[in-house]
Amino acid sequence: MKYVTEFRDARLVKGVIEEIKHTVHHPWVLMEICGGQTHSIVRHGLDQLLPAEIELVHGPGCPVCVTPLEQIDRALAIASRPDVIFTSYGDMLRVPGSDLDLFTIRARGGDVRVVYSPLDAVKIAQENPGRQVVFFAIGFETTAPANVMSVIQARSLGIMNFSVLVSHVRVPPAIHAILGSPSNRVQGFLLAGHVCAVMGYHEYPALAERYNVPMSITGFEPLDLVNGILKVVRLLEAGKLTDIENSYSRAVTFEGNLPAQKMIDSVFMECDRPWRGIGIIPASGWRLRPEFDQFNAEQRFDVGAIQPKESAVCIAGQIMQGRKKPHDCPAFGKECTTEHPLGATMVSSEGACAAYYKYGR
Amino acid sequence: MCLGVPGKIIDIYEKNGLSMGKIDFGGGVVRETCLAYVPEAQIGEYTIIHVGFALNVLSESEALETLALLNEISNLNDELGPEPSFDQR
Repeated sequence: MKYVTEFRDARLVKGVIEEIKHTVHHPWVLMEICGGQTHSIVRHGLDQLLPAEIELVHGPGCPVCVTPLEQIDRALAIASRPDVIFTSYGDMLRVPGSDLDLFTIRARGGDVRVVYSPLDAVKIAQENPGRQVVFFAIGFETTAPANVMSVIQARSLGIMNFSVLVSHVRVPPAIHAILGSPSNRVQGFLLAGHVCAVMGYHEYPALAERYNVPMSITGFEPLDLVNGILKVVRLLEAGKLTDIENSYSRAVTFEGNLPAQKMIDSVFMECDRPWRGIGIIPASGWRLRPEFDQFNAEQRFDVGAIQPKESAVCIAGQIMQGRKKPHDCPAFGKECTTEHPLGATMVSSEGACAAYYKYGR
Repeated sequence: MCLGVPGKIIDIYEKNGLSMGKIDFGGGVVRETCLAYVPEAQIGEYTIIHVGFALNVLSESEALETLALLNEISNLNDELGPEPSFDQR
């Protein structure tokens, strides 16, 4: 068992798609919230193999895409300082701020470095005691255990020239905002498998019951995706509108990863968070607890007033709420491509626009 | 961002006070990974790795059960053919 090729088996994928065709008797609108799932679906052409009754809409589960413009501008301001080494996950580098992006700051001489793991950023701080090292700590719940560990490590090793710029977001409040919107069309949900691997899925039954929207915890390989879709379609056809199914049971348990949850809770606290293109979703974010103020880049660096200025053309917010598709945007494929993106959904490896552009939709 | 890759633990040790491991992703790719959140993990087990951290230990029994169920579905559909059928489950 290698856990990869087995879940890409074309014969099994076809078999499950046949079963979906046999099961479906009504049209259904399903949302997958995770950008990684969006990409996998589009890359493997699964959206084109599903029966026409099933419409997949893409949710705002791309942390790069939803990082508020103000926070991007703040990152750019910090990264421009000569005393700073600014570290970040790779896909943040070309996200457009109001004027520039991190990539351009680097081209102009800013010390901007891509890291694979937050611990690499701590190492850079250790190796450069005379410089300030800032890590751009973005992500959903999946990335929180890693991001908080960087702060814990810096504290325990006494690395005081390290700080984090936090912009974390949480899935359940986003689902609440989407399903609670008067224009909501989503009838079934594919939940993000790795978010649930960390947090468990005890937060979702209340959402399913409140909105009568069944949910299926879904993985990322083609077989996982069609299996997740099959499970939620079965629930919808059977009228079991408040059920949750775990279709990713090899990786997800109800309680989730308890040591990770404990660590997150010791470093982060809930806060309201603006989502780029969507607006403020209450209690949808995490920020550093006050006892970690000394590692908070927002406190350490005074970058003055930030006046964010969004592109007038970009409709990323509508796309991320499942109201429009990327090809509905007048700029899609013309002024806005992966080479010169106007919005974050075209930049990110998990953005819906980038997926559609790359895989020819 | 949420993409995590399965890998096999081939070594476990401590570094800077943290439990770390060497993970084999297949095809000759081996990477150092933080195992702090999977204290129960053993060498030979598989985990999902995300930004250099193991998030959980994969359950082989669950994986096999999932595949068996999906195999059953595929076999049944191979027999029945592509025409629509009543749901019998």
